[in-house]
Amino acid sequence: MNIHVRGLSRTFIAQGRETPALLDVDLEVAEHEFVCLLGPSGCGKSTLLNIVAGFLRPSAGEVRVGGRPVTGPGADRGVVFQEYVLFPWLTVDGNVQFGLKLKGAPAAERRAVVARYLELVGLAAHAEKYPVQLSGGMKQRVAIARALANNPEIILMDEPFGALDAQTREVLQDELGRIQRVEHKTVLFVTHSIREAVYLADRVVVMTTAPGRIKQVFQIKLPEVRDRFAPEFTHYESEITRVVKEEVAKVHE
Amino acid sequence: MWLSSVPEMMEWGLRGASLPPRRALSWRLASLAIFLALWSVAGGLVEARRPFNPLFLPAPWVVIGALLELARKGQLWVHVAATLERVAVGFSAGALLALALGLLAGQMRAVRNVVEPVVELLRPIPPLAMLPLFIVWVGIGEGSKVGFITYATFFPMFVTTVHGVAQIDARLLRAAQSLGARPRHLFFRVILPAALPDVLTGLRLGVALSFFVIVISEFVGAENGLGYLINDGRNFFLVPQMLGAALLLGLLGYAGNGLVRVLERRVLRWQHPR
Amino acid sequence: MRRTRILALLGVLAVWAAVSYGNRALGVMMPALLPTPGDVGTVFAATARDGTLWRHVVTSLGRIAVGFGAAAVAALALGLLAAMCVPVRLMLEPIIEFVRPIPPLAFLPMFLVWFGLGEASKVAFIGYTTFFPMFVAVAAAVLRVDVTLLRAAASLGAGHLDLIRRVIVPAALPGIIVALRLGFALALFVIVGAEFMGADAGLGHLIMEGRTFFLPAQIVMGALVLGLLGSVVNALLLAAERRLFRWREAGATS
Repeated sequence: MNIHVRGLSRTFIAQGRETPALLDVDLEVAEHEFVCLLGPSGCGKSTLLNIVAGFLRPSAGEVRVGGRPVTGPGADRGVVFQEYVLFPWLTVDGNVQFGLKLKGAPAAERRAVVARYLELVGLAAHAEKYPVQLSGGMKQRVAIARALANNPEIILMDEPFGALDAQTREVLQDELGRIQRVEHKTVLFVTHSIREAVYLADRVVVMTTAPGRIKQVFQIKLPEVRDRFAPEFTHYESEITRVVKEEVAKVHE
Repeated sequence: MWLSSVPEMMEWGLRGASLPPRRALSWRLASLAIFLALWSVAGGLVEARRPFNPLFLPAPWVVIGALLELARKGQLWVHVAATLERVAVGFSAGALLALALGLLAGQMRAVRNVVEPVVELLRPIPPLAMLPLFIVWVGIGEGSKVGFITYATFFPMFVTTVHGVAQIDARLLRAAQSLGARPRHLFFRVILPAALPDVLTGLRLGVALSFFVIVISEFVGAENGLGYLINDGRNFFLVPQMLGAALLLGLLGYAGNGLVRVLERRVLRWQHPR
Repeated sequence: MRRTRILALLGVLAVWAAVSYGNRALGVMMPALLPTPGDVGTVFAATARDGTLWRHVVTSLGRIAVGFGAAAVAALALGLLAAMCVPVRLMLEPIIEFVRPIPPLAFLPMFLVWFGLGEASKVAFIGYTTFFPMFVAVAAAVLRVDVTLLRAAASLGAGHLDLIRRVIVPAALPGIIVALRLGFALALFVIVGAEFMGADAGLGHLIMEGRTFFLPAQIVMGALVLGLLGSVVNALLLAAERRLFRWREAGATS
């Protein structure tokens, strides 16, 4: 399924003041494509993601997923949040099968799917633990497994590794890359980190400061398995950094 | 659908969109108006049809009338003053004791080890259970009522004060010491201001509790006071008088609470500078 | 921690014994005014043996059970409704703000007038007193449910009913139980006062009797029994909470 965004605008109204977060954004994400949204704080990238996810309604413009307009959240668009948002009263096992339970899948099928995805993220041994007993990295892996187990066509990720330390972050980036090579989902990924974007994405979309618009799009022509220290990688990094820095400078004016 | 719809929940959670203040205000006023209207209708119907003695469900104007009558006879102020005086004295004594002991206990382990077990022992016992004891000891006069308020309000205020001191970040003290503060300075310039939010919360609890317990102590063995007015009304089914006095009590409690809040806002201005 | 607790208790007991027995010996105050631990023990034994103590305890607990129980059910239902329906909430809020500052005990005589001197007035009074704070607390607990939890569930395919059943209720449950604990403590607090007047049974009545017949030992005993009751029930509820909400425990992160 693809994502089609045309003329999208969103204004927030708080205490009588209007804050435009997004202004006239056009974006296409093709099926199986991994696209990163990149930009300084307040550029509206999370707002854009939330609208595609169906959590917020646009002020203007249209959003279509697989040709059908978005009217609210749904199982066709899985979401991975920055704060993990696991259900604390359920075990790892309970969390991962949450979506399947809603669909009414039989117990045997649920067990098989949970086992498969826990294996995929390397947490098979922790199925009976509660989220409060897990580290940040582990929690995020559960969140990813939970989203994947529901088999959505599209995965939306809002700075999923933002709350983790640098080492865990890189480990999870490697994991995500590996998973994507297996699953081939359509992914829209929001991040602050240029390095992360170049590592994971097929295309990197750089956004302007508020009100957010698309500043520039970079096609990342790198092999599937990427080397963070390859000269081509660094080249992309510096190119994009230059563009992003222009926008960051505007925030700090 | 009247319940929050899913899209609303997605955007704002269960609170729903915060209504513009003017619309929220009109909903509130409407609610109060409907409440008063229903009450008036009920009271009016009872008076007209008399399914039971209308005194049992007085309409709002009957209640106000009863209060005005008492005011006219000059009696209302006597009762209000009596209640307020007892609350004021009892609460102040309780607050003073609680603050003094609390501040001491919060800083000195020794004091804490002595006072805390007594407090922990007495805390689960509903203070009201001790009221008869006060009456037996001090007699049925003012002393027992005021003393009882002091006793009842002491515990929550003591506990919050100790907590207020205990939760002070030790690093604040170290920072002050490394700037040359001596114990006297530490107390007045760091500990007191840092503990103040909790202390004031405790005071608000104490005020509410004072009004809570004064009622019952004015039921048993009092000749004046709003509580007395309420209980006395029982003899002749003067429900309007009882309701009126109860409402007045509520008003006084609300005012007392408001006073502490005003104090809070002034003294704790650093928490919300504008 | 345990040890210091017990030591402290013994310490208080020792001081109490010293003061009261000392008073007896020195004759400072009327001996009856300052009951010794022994006196209190005697009253306890006497009332326990002839069954009156249990009768009073059961009466008080029974009143609380019915009044608090009814109020809890109502508070749960209305609290959930108010939390999920903005108009209901806006309508109820001002009324609650209006009633809240009035000390519940101020209504006790009115309940006696309305319901007479029997069980109904006590039960109704307990119900009235505990309903409002529990209602407010339940509504607050439900409103506090994190919006991201709702979003996560919706993006996994949850519909309106699923959201209520599988996210809102489990997420709000700890807060709801706290609300119930609060209500029970309040019930215990006011039952005493309610049984002071117009009652012929119950712990409050027992304590009042101590005043009427000049038996301070009985007052102290009654008060201690009440305190014990409250502590035991509270401990039981806390233990139940801990079992129900094992998932809240901060465990070791591997």
